[in-house]
Amino acid sequence: MIYWELFLAFFIPNIIGYGGGPAIIPLVEAEVVGRYGWMTSQEFAETLALGNALPSPIATKMAGYVGYDIAGIGGALVAVSATVIPSLLLMLGALGLLYRHRDSPRVKRMSQWVRPVIAIMMAWLTLGFLLESLNTSGAIHTLIIGIAAAIALLRFNMHPAFVVMGALAYGALFIS
Amino acid sequence: MKQSALFWAFLRVGLLGFGGGPAMIPLVRAEVVTRHKWLTDEEFADVLAIGNTLPGPIATKMPGYIGYRVGGISGCIAAVIAVIVPMIVAMIVMLGIFSRYRDVAWIRGMGQAVIPVVMIMMGQLTWDFFDKSQAALGWLASALMAVIAGGLIYWLGVHPGWVISAILLTALLRPTAKKRVEGSA
Repeated sequence: MIYWELFLAFFIPNIIGYGGGPAIIPLVEAEVVGRYGWMTSQEFAETLALGNALPSPIATKMAGYVGYDIAGIGGALVAVSATVIPSLLLMLGALGLLYRHRDSPRVKRMSQWVRPVIAIMMAWLTLGFLLESLNTSGAIHTLIIGIAAAIALLRFNMHPAFVVMGALAYGALFIS
Repeated sequence: MKQSALFWAFLRVGLLGFGGGPAMIPLVRAEVVTRHKWLTDEEFADVLAIGNTLPGPIATKMPGYIGYRVGGISGCIAAVIAVIVPMIVAMIVMLGIFSRYRDVAWIRGMGQAVIPVVMIMMGQLTWDFFDKSQAALGWLASALMAVIAGGLIYWLGVHPGWVISAILLTALLRPTAKKRVEGSA
């Protein structure tokens, strides 16, 4: 039962999520935090922070960790398989068909039309993280870390791993 | 020994590929086209274009497909495992240690401090997706679709899967005749 839920929680985001790994994040959040309540918003944020600080695709890192957290190695296997196998099988099985339609306006339209939905879900998630942080760390810490992170990431294109490490150091020293 | 070459090539991609799937494409190209010459430049571009017609992470579709093409089923498995497994293990170990000491005050502080950073990253992605969306569909259509979808999902509680499936089906089935009218926008 838990395996079936894990399968669905990762199969659905990955079969509708056009736009690569990042597009899948808010869809996975809707399942893992919203629908099944396996994680709190804070735990999801921590997973995402570490996921962004490490290399390799974000979708499989999240699936592997959440699956393991909920149901051990078997859970990790189910969640990662649900993430990787369906679209890979489609690609291997329908290659000729996809090749003929790769420039079709309808196919282009599919990923274009999904983008605004993903964008609003990402915006909602951003707002959720803001409220969560105001709630747990207060306005002053949220403001300091948020502004510092925005400057480091957007202005100086600093590597996410260093920004996360900086926040960890700040949290260890000043929030406790 | 194609399988072991595939494994090492995609292990390098997985360990050096920071910033999620789309950022890893140039690394895949460097291994597959430049170093090992498994695909030509045009073939690589085709595989990428085909991968983008499908949902799901691009960074596992490409290794899976290229692995299959070069080394059959075992090549496919070797390539996918090489890309994803090392960092899944790293996540489980690091977050496992972190959760065990969650009650220690300064560790809890670390967990809290990371939320605003994730907020900024998610804000950046939001902007990125909305910007790409307005470039393709225009401001008005993007904003309208976003507001309607947001209302359905967060106000009426419709599962995002239904909303997106409906959009995908409409995009696929609706005829594409009135191109000239939309071109003026």
